[in-house]
Amino acid sequence: MSRIDTTFAALKQKNQPALIPFLTAGDPDLATTAELVRTLAENGADLIELGVPFSDPMADGPTIQAASERALAAGASLEKVLQLVTELRQDCQVPLVLMGYYNPIFRYGVERFAKAAAAAGVDGLLLVDLPPEQTDEIAPAMQANGLAMITLLAPTTPPERMRRLAAAAQGYLYYVSMTGVTGTAAISPDAIRNAVEDLKGMTEVPVGVGFGITTVEDAKAVGEFADGVVVGSALVKIIAEYGQSEELLPRVGQFIAALKQGLVELAGDAR
Amino acid sequence: MSYQYPDERGHFGQYGGRYVAETLMPALLELEEAYAAVCQDPSFQEEFDYYLKNYVGRPSPLYYAQRLSEELGGAKIYLKREDLNHTGAHKVNNTVGQILLARRMGKKKVIAETGAGQHGVATATVAALFGMECEIFMGKEDIRRQALNVFRMKLLGAKVHEVTSGTATLKDAMNDALRHWVTHVRDTFYIIGTVAGPHPYPQLVRDFQSVIGTEARQQLLQAEGRLPDAAVACIGGGSNAMGLFYPFIKDASVRLIGVEAAGLGVDTDKHAASISAGAPGVLHGNKTYLLQDADGQINHAHSISAGLDYPGVGPEHAHLQDLGRAEYVSITDDEALVAFQKLTRVEGIIPALESAHAIAEVIKLAPTMSKEQLLLVCLSGRGDKDIHTVADAMKFDL
Repeated sequence: MSRIDTTFAALKQKNQPALIPFLTAGDPDLATTAELVRTLAENGADLIELGVPFSDPMADGPTIQAASERALAAGASLEKVLQLVTELRQDCQVPLVLMGYYNPIFRYGVERFAKAAAAAGVDGLLLVDLPPEQTDEIAPAMQANGLAMITLLAPTTPPERMRRLAAAAQGYLYYVSMTGVTGTAAISPDAIRNAVEDLKGMTEVPVGVGFGITTVEDAKAVGEFADGVVVGSALVKIIAEYGQSEELLPRVGQFIAALKQGLVELAGDAR
Repeated sequence: MSYQYPDERGHFGQYGGRYVAETLMPALLELEEAYAAVCQDPSFQEEFDYYLKNYVGRPSPLYYAQRLSEELGGAKIYLKREDLNHTGAHKVNNTVGQILLARRMGKKKVIAETGAGQHGVATATVAALFGMECEIFMGKEDIRRQALNVFRMKLLGAKVHEVTSGTATLKDAMNDALRHWVTHVRDTFYIIGTVAGPHPYPQLVRDFQSVIGTEARQQLLQAEGRLPDAAVACIGGGSNAMGLFYPFIKDASVRLIGVEAAGLGVDTDKHAASISAGAPGVLHGNKTYLLQDADGQINHAHSISAGLDYPGVGPEHAHLQDLGRAEYVSITDDEALVAFQKLTRVEGIIPALESAHAIAEVIKLAPTMSKEQLLLVCLSGRGDKDIHTVADAMKFDL
């Protein structure tokens, strides 16, 4: 079993949803990202989505756009993100999914990327601008190298399409909670509960929810029905605010620990 | 030759496609279906023709530029006068087509990105014509360069969003338009201004713009009894060029020449020549030639002409380049400025700086051709909007 599958299976045993933080690799710099990933894992992150910075992040709101710009200005690149994962894997076994846009991977070379990512210890790939209509150009290479291709589903995805994509999903499904870009509006858990519960009936893999989850309350509300809770912009804001200050790691640690605590509490409730 | 592109998945050879967020996929599938339906519906073509004739002022003239031809001493040069369209450029052909489609789809709001402001003005114009809400995304840098067009859009009732992200030019305006669309996709129609973006945009923009080449072909046959030896057009995203080229693609005797912006030179880092000096990649919903670095990050484009200042190109041009069916050359800022003044002085026609790139190529090409040969060039827009830029470049204090 892959790291992703093992992690979700263990959480299912405990009746807990997964806590999935997102951060942009290289923001404020790659060395700090390594420390941040360890801090996230130590404080309860079950899986980490590591953003690969891109010059034109069309699906992201201002918070993650700015993080991407900072990371690129500090010298991040796909190659260096893969080196970062290689280094992290010496002492950190949290599942890592690279999230980003297709062009850096296309430019790197799909086959070459798949081999390098697998060798580095990457577990999956989530490309926001590679919809199912286009995934056939990278799916064989990902599969041959044991990397999960994470599928995004949106509130606008029609039911028939959702059924088809859910049935073919690998790793986990990422349900986008709203029509919009990352981190610009608050989530309304009640509005998506039915959609997520329907989706769980259509797939073998866990269903994570992201976009707009910023507080422990949001996370708990979504964690009641979702298998995973993605927190991105709220974390990236803390990283932006504390940058290279000594407070960065403690602040991030506290934020993640509080989210985790909230999700652990759910296990004892009616979930 | 047979030429049937795009394929059913929106690919032109290896280019094109639909590289967008899942949230937008259903909207693109809906648009594809709606467009396929109107292509089968004669009443849509009638409606489109009606507005092109009575509102845009088509057919636009095909003008024999006798003095320019004589001065260059080679081919007979014919100008397809898209500058005489309502709003002053070819852009309106496409916005009329798309807004008619939007209306048939029941959409009430339209959005658009714009570089030079010509597409923004053309969109705001048709939105006013049909009483639709209109929001335009424009880079801060372009707003500065094109203040006149910004005011025109506002007069026409559009809301103009100043885009400050990234390089604050056309590519960033397109990013923000896509972000807005993903947020309001259920009631908003995105009027893309060029033959780029996710399928079916490159196809439908080409189809709406192909009125340029279709008319020019008939007009030239009438005037000269034969096809041109070469057809020349400038290329930013490439919509006037695709509109000119498309009706000639199967005529193997007609050279198709696209003119990219070389800015300060394609050997510098300040140009917008995606085909001449870029590499294949994926941006704004399509795979095509892009200006990018080794890590796949998109580079800044530069051109004196805001309308050509884009680091990509329509995917069909990328395909025509690989097929060898069209040739792509580039013209520097300085060459375009010389051509701008030349056409103004010799023919009394002030071209847009975009179109001046095509004229500059004609200035090089015509003398190498014989006097019996015909050179067709798309004069895609008029130059009033560029007067300040040109005055600056000529160190003339307005």
